Amino acid sequence: MVRSTDNVWLHRFACALSVATLFLVALGGVVTTKGVGMAVPDWPTTYGENMFLFPPSKWIGGIFYEHSHRLVASVVGMLTIVLAVWLWLKESRAWLRWLGVVAFFAVAFQGVLGGMRVVFDKYGLGTELGIFHATFAQLFFLLVCSIALFTSRWWMNVSKCPRDSIVAPAVCRFFTVTTGWILIQLILGATMRHQHAGLAVPDFPLAYGKIWPATDAASVELYNAHRLEAAGEAPITGAHIVVHMAHRFMALAVLLAVIGCVIATWRNTSPGSVLRKISGTWVALVLVQVALGIFTILSQRKVDVTTAHVAVGALTFMTGWMLVLMASRTVAMNPVSERVDSAVRAPMAGQLTHA
Amino acid sequence: MLVSPTYFMKKTLIVLTVAALAGSVASAAEVSGKVKLTGTPPPEKPITLDPPCAKLQPNPISTRHYVVSPDKGLANVFVWVKEGAKPTPAPAGKGPALDQKGCQYQPYVMGVQSGQHFDVKNSDTLLHNVHTLPKVAGNKEKNIGQPIPMSSDFVFDKQEVLVQFKCEVHPWMFAYVGVVDHPYFAVTDKDGSFKISGLPAGDYTIEAVHLKAGKVTQKVTVGADDKKTVDFTLEAKAPPQ
Repeated sequence: MVRSTDNVWLHRFACALSVATLFLVALGGVVTTKGVGMAVPDWPTTYGENMFLFPPSKWIGGIFYEHSHRLVASVVGMLTIVLAVWLWLKESRAWLRWLGVVAFFAVAFQGVLGGMRVVFDKYGLGTELGIFHATFAQLFFLLVCSIALFTSRWWMNVSKCPRDSIVAPAVCRFFTVTTGWILIQLILGATMRHQHAGLAVPDFPLAYGKIWPATDAASVELYNAHRLEAAGEAPITGAHIVVHMAHRFMALAVLLAVIGCVIATWRNTSPGSVLRKISGTWVALVLVQVALGIFTILSQRKVDVTTAHVAVGALTFMTGWMLVLMASRTVAMNPVSERVDSAVRAPMAGQLTHA
Repeated sequence: MLVSPTYFMKKTLIVLTVAALAGSVASAAEVSGKVKLTGTPPPEKPITLDPPCAKLQPNPISTRHYVVSPDKGLANVFVWVKEGAKPTPAPAGKGPALDQKGCQYQPYVMGVQSGQHFDVKNSDTLLHNVHTLPKVAGNKEKNIGQPIPMSSDFVFDKQEVLVQFKCEVHPWMFAYVGVVDHPYFAVTDKDGSFKISGLPAGDYTIEAVHLKAGKVTQKVTVGADDKKTVDFTLEAKAPPQ
């Protein structure tokens, strides 16, 4: 058995799995937005039948979305098994082989978590498990994207690169902190969505006509009197409003932090460098994400808009993490004492910028 | 003819029991009235049905948060004796049924006694799931599928006003059941009228509960055969600024 670090098709497979995982995250978003997570009340069976044999004629209403989510999750699980076995057989880096094993256990855990969200709903744990399930989905997405990066040629060929393509370690830390903030923002979003409190504050840019809305009992009662839920969502509470407002202010903090990261990256790198390109994509994603968040409120949580908000949120988180890994890699592989002048290493610059 | 003391006591007991029962039957106090809504409620949201449900429900439907008659009578208000009535054993027979018809729950609000069994029916030819969302400890959450026209038995052991029922297959389908540990409750009809019958003489606090307009209470004292009128007013408050 020949193992190597250069497995083009393995890398492509990991990329495909990343796309499939993003699709699965978005489909989970549809299930939550439509409030149909409990349309199939049993697990792992579907209305008492083997989920893979459940007749399409019964995929009606909310069952269609929840059952599709389960089937796509099964496909992602199987693809992850293939990835883990492939890595084990063909990858020469032991730590990466074990990362494939971690991915296998992570997808299995995530599947069981999704099932437990259904099974334990009757014990009042559905919302909490749903939030955990949604957050872990984002982390799993990060994991498979990381494997895709680690199996790329860029990762292996970055040992020497021009000075103007390497950011300072402080910028790496800036990327890390900002990505951590995005994770907190995703948890806030998942909490809001699974508590069906996405419209706990229905207006924008103000909140019930104020910068910070009242959350006393009388005010909340008044808000609820005017919330005509179409899907029987539970009344909102003051805590829901606080989480919603925290999500808004955190969005502003993340936007400013990402802009800061981009400025820092552009100061450190030359035009055309891959980090500069990705950081530019990152800020574009955050701007789109903020616009989608605003439109989610103004559209009264339209399913397509809200789902796009979930998907772009995952992409924003992933892009931040890729920057963390790539920037750290360039710094680690190019210690200051060994860095060479970019003019001398011109051919390498081309390799890095066109990765 | 001599009558033994035991025989006399038995006869006396029977007579007293019959008298007591007769008394309770005779105690047919009634509280009726009307619940009115002041203010202007927000407009209801139209519901877009999926194609299978659209076949069963040809008429356009909307949410049913505020159902108000031309003379401001408010429907779907749960009116119940909150204080003063003693808990009574659940009746042996089944309570009113909650039906799923044309992809809507009918009625939107109803009441049963705690411990009283009642049916949730599926009168449609497609699958619904019935998901109860009680909040009071002792009332169990239940989520079952009804793939064909059928009935399923439900019961709640603890008093809870109001328990939500949902169908996540068709998320616009939801309804509420008031569970009370005595039989003195009613739901306002489309004109906002209600009637609570068979009340023993006594002092009561009656509460009118509406899911959006809130709740309001009134105290009332009834004699054995009184027929009293108790009207309530709930307010649709102006939207938050």
